[in-house]
Amino acid sequence: MPELGPHASFIIWAYLGVLVGVAALILSAGIEARRVRSRLKALEARGLRRRSEQAP
Amino acid sequence: MTLDVTLKKPNWFSRLANPGQFLGWSRFVLWPLGVATFVLFAIGLYFALFDSPADYQMGETVRIMYIHVPNAWLSQFIYGIMAAASLGTLVWRHPLADVAARAAAPLGATFTALALFTGALWGRPTWGTYWQWDGRMTSTLILLLIYLGIIALWRAFDDQGRAGRVVAVFTLVGALDVPVVKFSVDWWNTLHQPASISLLGSEHMPPSMLLPLGIMTLAFTVLFLTLHLVRMRTEIFRRRARSMERQAAQSLTE
Repeated sequence: MPELGPHASFIIWAYLGVLVGVAALILSAGIEARRVRSRLKALEARGLRRRSEQAP
Repeated sequence: MTLDVTLKKPNWFSRLANPGQFLGWSRFVLWPLGVATFVLFAIGLYFALFDSPADYQMGETVRIMYIHVPNAWLSQFIYGIMAAASLGTLVWRHPLADVAARAAAPLGATFTALALFTGALWGRPTWGTYWQWDGRMTSTLILLLIYLGIIALWRAFDDQGRAGRVVAVFTLVGALDVPVVKFSVDWWNTLHQPASISLLGSEHMPPSMLLPLGIMTLAFTVLFLTLHLVRMRTEIFRRRARSMERQAAQSLTE
């Protein structure tokens, strides 16, 4: 890590803030994807199918 | 009388419009995009923090530029994608267009908020203030408010088809703010400095700073593309689940 000088705290807080923001985006996308997939699987387990997948 | 009906093979645009086809190909693109994001961030952060010089005026605080500029770029780029998707919704009724717009909005809002946050932290040691009501900062704050308005509008409707059309109109009206953000530093004599990267030449910046900035901008852009694909897939699955629940409810009432 380089010597960040007299304004080191501003640089560190900026990088930490972006890290938290990006981590939140990745986590929320992953959690939401899992939640929706499991909701869809639960519906399929009940025998429900989309209209396009139903037998004619 | 006989009818001569020939089925034409769908063109690439029609195939692209098919959510099923999208789910098929996007599955195979996600992992390479995820790996590329990780590698680009590893290289970009190395250069940004360890192998780039301090600025002769700003000193070490110039390192904030390597995260501020990519976030600021994404705040406008994502809005551009949403505006294009809105045209797709209103003009071509493309089934994936409002899926793409809805999936992009929270990403755009977050990157815009991060651009304002890093800008404030860069501004304090450089200009002596966290905030100034100048053209660039104020128009970026308005862009954040537009993003939040779009997210709120999506949530206000049960009928996502209707929501898509209303949000598309709102998005296109809000797009007027993007050129204001972009050109505010040229139109007005503001506290914010002119663009860091110019398509017509980057004479203001040495290659030792331009390289980490370029890699970090690419890293953030690929991160956005990865997250956007994940969120689009989730949105399609959510709509499928909702449609199945609606069918189940209808079959109960019949």
